[in-house]
Amino acid sequence: MKEFVEGSHAIAEIIKATAPGVISAYPITPQTHIVEDLAQMVANKELNSQFVNVESEHSAASVVLGGSATGVRVYTATSSQGLFYMQEVVFNIAGMRLPVVMTCANRAISAPINIWNDQQDSISLRDAGWFQIYAEDNQEVVDFHLIAYRLAEDKRVMLPVMVCMDGFILTHGMETVDIPEQEKVNKFLPAYKPLYKLDTAEPISMGLLADPDYYMETRFAIQETMKESVGYLSEISKEFNAVFGRDYQDLLVEEYQTKDAEKVIVAMGSVCGTIKEVVDEQRAKGKKVGLLRIITYRPFPYARVYEALKNVPKVAVLDKAVSLGAYAPIAVEMKAAFYGKKKGPKVVSSFVAGLGGRDITLESIHEVFRRLTVKEVNSDFIDLKPELLKEEYGE
Amino acid sequence: MENSPLFKSGHTACAGCGQAIAARLVIEAAGANTIVVNNTGCLEVFSTKYPDTAWGVPWIHSLFENSAAVASGVEAALIYLGKKDATNVIAQGGDGSTGDIGLQALSGMLERGHDILYVCYDNEAYMNTGVQRSGLTPFDTNTTTSPAGAQSSGNIRPKKPVPEICLAHGIPYVATASVGFPQDLSRKVKKAISIKGPKYIQIHASCPLGWRHESNQMLPVAKLAVETGLYPLFEYENGVLTGRKQISPKPVEEYLKTQGRFKHLLNNPEEIKKIQEIADNNIKKYNLKLEA
Repeated sequence: MKEFVEGSHAIAEIIKATAPGVISAYPITPQTHIVEDLAQMVANKELNSQFVNVESEHSAASVVLGGSATGVRVYTATSSQGLFYMQEVVFNIAGMRLPVVMTCANRAISAPINIWNDQQDSISLRDAGWFQIYAEDNQEVVDFHLIAYRLAEDKRVMLPVMVCMDGFILTHGMETVDIPEQEKVNKFLPAYKPLYKLDTAEPISMGLLADPDYYMETRFAIQETMKESVGYLSEISKEFNAVFGRDYQDLLVEEYQTKDAEKVIVAMGSVCGTIKEVVDEQRAKGKKVGLLRIITYRPFPYARVYEALKNVPKVAVLDKAVSLGAYAPIAVEMKAAFYGKKKGPKVVSSFVAGLGGRDITLESIHEVFRRLTVKEVNSDFIDLKPELLKEEYGE
Repeated sequence: MENSPLFKSGHTACAGCGQAIAARLVIEAAGANTIVVNNTGCLEVFSTKYPDTAWGVPWIHSLFENSAAVASGVEAALIYLGKKDATNVIAQGGDGSTGDIGLQALSGMLERGHDILYVCYDNEAYMNTGVQRSGLTPFDTNTTTSPAGAQSSGNIRPKKPVPEICLAHGIPYVATASVGFPQDLSRKVKKAISIKGPKYIQIHASCPLGWRHESNQMLPVAKLAVETGLYPLFEYENGVLTGRKQISPKPVEEYLKTQGRFKHLLNNPEEIKKIQEIADNNIKKYNLKLEA
């Protein structure tokens, strides 16, 4: 059913449809509207879930870990500092192969404190063993949560999934969204049947100490699952399309005007909407430009990226996060994707934009295309304010 | 003792480990219909080294400080599944993971009213990492991070009053117990699990390695802590003191001289006097003294 709703409310609606047994969260802007709506649904008896109001994000993640280990579907949402406070539990959930689904309302990291959007939070947890899927708009946000549960609970996978959405831009943005009907959700997402669970009828021990004789294989197993999951994603995407009529292809990347492009921007999340507008405008003028949108950041789709960009001469990677003291996060992956390969762009330039909620405008994107020349640049910041830098260093 | 189906022999605890005995007493009192959530610490390490486990009940370990929160999730899932009434949930950990790094999670669990028994095995320092002081290390104890020296007689502060902190949450049951009094310990666990809501039991568990006493002295040393008044055994039901173990108080020196961690105090009457005051205050506060 199509509704004109806030992104956060759309998520709450789809989470309700997935019927998690345990929901736990701690408030942090801009995640709050999601869990407020879920709490109200539980209060109204529209949703039969145990909603556990915890004293911290560390405990929110721990509560869903415990709920998942007891064999029920679980949900949590957080952002920024909250995600960082969860960090050790986040790694723990993946190591224990628990199919937790979490929404990350992407927000900048302190200091200075800043509640606005960039993608530093989830990107900093890229090595945790979670799938990370980035939505461009709120239809995707809704659909990706359904796909997230299907993927996480797949017996071949059994790993947690983080659905990442740009804070405020999507969480607080109003859009028309098709909220899937319950019968269709049930058809696509069967009830969760755990492989293992805490059950007095069949006692097992979970979370054991693994010494050097055993630890390494657990990491290898997750790495292998991640590799194989690239294929499962496109399988699940096909089934999703069959039920809901929305085609996300392989769910790894979206190619937008890349086929004959001479310049392509690689980016992730809601900024891709702005980039598409610039691409359309440039194409209308006969300029051969395009966009490659990364949808799944973990596992990183190296092969797909290579195929999509191997004949493109110049690529600009636009990161909404930094790795201070090194190349920007997506830029690192892009360079790795072409290293030692026969084909590939002559230039892979890296740009950083939109940190701490600074608007990435149409002009910002034009600026990226202008700076994408034969001279490769790394971590070139877009939309810096020179007057503020002057103030910083003095005259 | 016969082998227990719920906490099996063959684990790797040190000889004379008080925590191993206490943990076995707890799970046997709680019974097979129990799910155990364990913090990181000695108990977790010595009872579940992959591929072995000592546990005959469903058991889970996640991290150092979050057993109260993980147990909250287990309990919530059991309610959702309609299985809570048939299943006990126990969260447990050592004194450091309970009263220091895990205090926030514990407070959250108590305040939210989960039907969970939290058991703290109190051996009064971080034994698993090599006897560093915790918030529950007693006054003047010599540990590796509160060492006695030319200008120090050990740990500078008295034990953090975690049972009283729990009591302040208005929960239905708070008790202390000791591995030196096993029947009393078992009775308290049975009573606790018969009560709905959050419960807290703190068990004094001797540690031969950290306390530095012979491993065959585990029981007598634990008993002396109670008999001197240094580890008062009490129980509160709905905020009211309903039980206490009365004693004919022995001087604290009798307890202190059994352990290497207090050896530096033995020729220091001034410090011993301070420790005797702690015991005397306990005796007065909980009215522990047996009438002659």
